[in-house]
Amino acid sequence: MASSIANGGGGHDALRFYLTKTAQFVFVLATTLLGLVAVTFFIGRIVPIDPVLAIVGDRAPPAVYARVRQELGLDLPLIQQFWIYLRKAVTGDFGNSVLTTNPVMTDIANTFPATFELATLGTLIGTLIGIPLGVLAAVKRGSLIDQFVRFIGLAGYSIPIFWLGLMSLLLFYAKLGWVPGPGRIDVTYSYLYTPVTNIVLLDTAMQGQWDAFWDAVSHIILPACLLGYFSLAYISRMTRSFMLNELAQEYVIAARVKGLSEMRVIWRHALRNAAVPLVTVIALSYANLLEGSVLTETVFAWPGLGQYITNSLQNADMNAVLGGTLVIGTVFVLLNLVSDLLYRLLDPRTR
Amino acid sequence: MMKPLLEVEDLRVRFHLRTGTIEAVRGVSFQLGRERLGIVGESGSGKSQTGRAILGLTPPPGEVTAKRLAFDGIDLQTASKRTLREMRGGRISMVMQDPKYSLNPVMTIGEQIIEAYQAHAKTGRAEARDKALAMLEAVKMRDPQRVFSLYPHEVSGGMGQRAMIAMMLVTDPDLLIADEPTSALDVTVSMEVLRILDELVSERGMGLIFISHDLKLVSSFCDRVLVMYAGRVVEELEAKNLREAKHPYTQGLMRCLPTLANDVHPLPTLNRDPSWAL
Ligand SMILES: Nc1ncnc2c1ncn2[C@@H]1O[C@H](COP(=O)(O)OP(=O)(O)OP(=O)(O)O)[C@@H](O)[C@H]1O
Ligand SMILES: [Mg+2]
Repeated sequence: MASSIANGGGGHDALRFYLTKTAQFVFVLATTLLGLVAVTFFIGRIVPIDPVLAIVGDRAPPAVYARVRQELGLDLPLIQQFWIYLRKAVTGDFGNSVLTTNPVMTDIANTFPATFELATLGTLIGTLIGIPLGVLAAVKRGSLIDQFVRFIGLAGYSIPIFWLGLMSLLLFYAKLGWVPGPGRIDVTYSYLYTPVTNIVLLDTAMQGQWDAFWDAVSHIILPACLLGYFSLAYISRMTRSFMLNELAQEYVIAARVKGLSEMRVIWRHALRNAAVPLVTVIALSYANLLEGSVLTETVFAWPGLGQYITNSLQNADMNAVLGGTLVIGTVFVLLNLVSDLLYRLLDPRTR
Repeated sequence: MMKPLLEVEDLRVRFHLRTGTIEAVRGVSFQLGRERLGIVGESGSGKSQTGRAILGLTPPPGEVTAKRLAFDGIDLQTASKRTLREMRGGRISMVMQDPKYSLNPVMTIGEQIIEAYQAHAKTGRAEARDKALAMLEAVKMRDPQRVFSLYPHEVSGGMGQRAMIAMMLVTDPDLLIADEPTSALDVTVSMEVLRILDELVSERGMGLIFISHDLKLVSSFCDRVLVMYAGRVVEELEAKNLREAKHPYTQGLMRCLPTLANDVHPLPTLNRDPSWAL
């Protein structure tokens, strides 16, 4: 997209540009979320699941049933219910979860950080190892390392994650005893710090509880490596193909003609160009993990968002499902924005 | 003639592919002083591969052999990687065909020139910057300061090619290989770029290998012309004696040049003889 900023030296143009961008973003966020709420809300009301029954049980007297139904506002027309839901949702009130009896917002504030922590670590591992691996595979095309990367890519596609998770638990926890069992932190440490962000690694580190911190590290390392592995498989494969494409370009030859070192040609010239499409790949992979990988969370008893939403869905806990879906929607839109900004930063042609 | 700058003897470039071996260059020999040598020939005749082999930049499945390949007395076939890297950019440089593809799209023009300079001169950034700006001025950029901070997509083809020339000449090399430096540009811009190239090459007393498929352009621009056909040099001539060409391929090329004086219709086409490729 050619934009007005390239020719305008004035700060006025730049300011206008960023204001337009911000307005655009707010608009996209609002419409996306509205659409998401609408779709989820109506699907939730249409499915033949009775939320009243979920609360009162199927042996409740009709009077109780009717009262609860009225309390929930389920006797009102659908459109009116939606309007009420929407008005509350703007203030951050998504109602209460039937399953946990907590406000949905509280549940999300507890579960999302767990998923966030795991997904971030997994993506970091995948990126920091996957990119160099992909670069090496492309540079040494057809070599052993190239075969290795292609094998990992294939394995990442074809091995079910829960199986690999169970096997890794069996090996590193049951057999070798290198890592503690499932969960985020040992109960003995869980009283040593106060949850602030609910990101355990961050909370313990900020409060100087280093024993608790290291215990949390030992808990997260296995699931993070597992997610990291799948993210690595994807990222290295894509890096390899983007790099092969860049290395065949004329500017790479020009860089060699200049007498630059091969290191510089590869990392400064080719990878800087390959980084542009890689941003999207990494964002996509991160978004995927942030959605909460239910299987991994289940295998490692990780109290994350994926598990929360799945449980709620299975128990017809529609408030929780709606709230969780909205959080994921927001995360997607935000990630999209970040990758868009990075894209602009990395590729002058898009500014 | 003084001691030659570049000696090439029986240069061969082969590509071993799954479908068989392609011989892109088949025994090219020539010597070059601080003079201008033109290489002409049709598409696929091995002009570019000859130039790239001299720089040691033959692409991967390619294999280069030669009885002798030496620059300023240094054997390029046995030289260390380090020596080769010092040669490249430092003493031998190359201007490529299309600035749209040969400049890195995510680096500013200034950065790319500075990088070329600093790869060979151990200087600070400020000095490299001055040098880059001076070079942009030498290629007749109207506003060097502005061009310095532009990205390749923000300049025209002619400006891009002049930036390319600035980048490749900033280290004061002894030999420049110009591989169809103007074939991606339109005629008027092309003349301007050639004039600048001409001036810089004379000023600095460089050797020049000028690759083109335009026989007329080459003969007006160079001292000597090699005519290549199917990977071989079929004829070597002084540019001014072009009319005395003996090889039927060269004669054919000459006949195909349209002239205003004696207008021929239809324009003659070139008839190839399979024996030329032997
Ligand atoms: N990477 C490669 N792999 C295989 N064969 C190649 C490769 N590069 C070049 N060749 C072969 O080498 C031959 C000569 O190519 P070269 O680029 O030197 O031609 P050229 O004379 O520069 O032509 P043009 O005027 O089109 O630039 C081509 O016919 C092609 O078949
Ligand atoms: Mg060529």
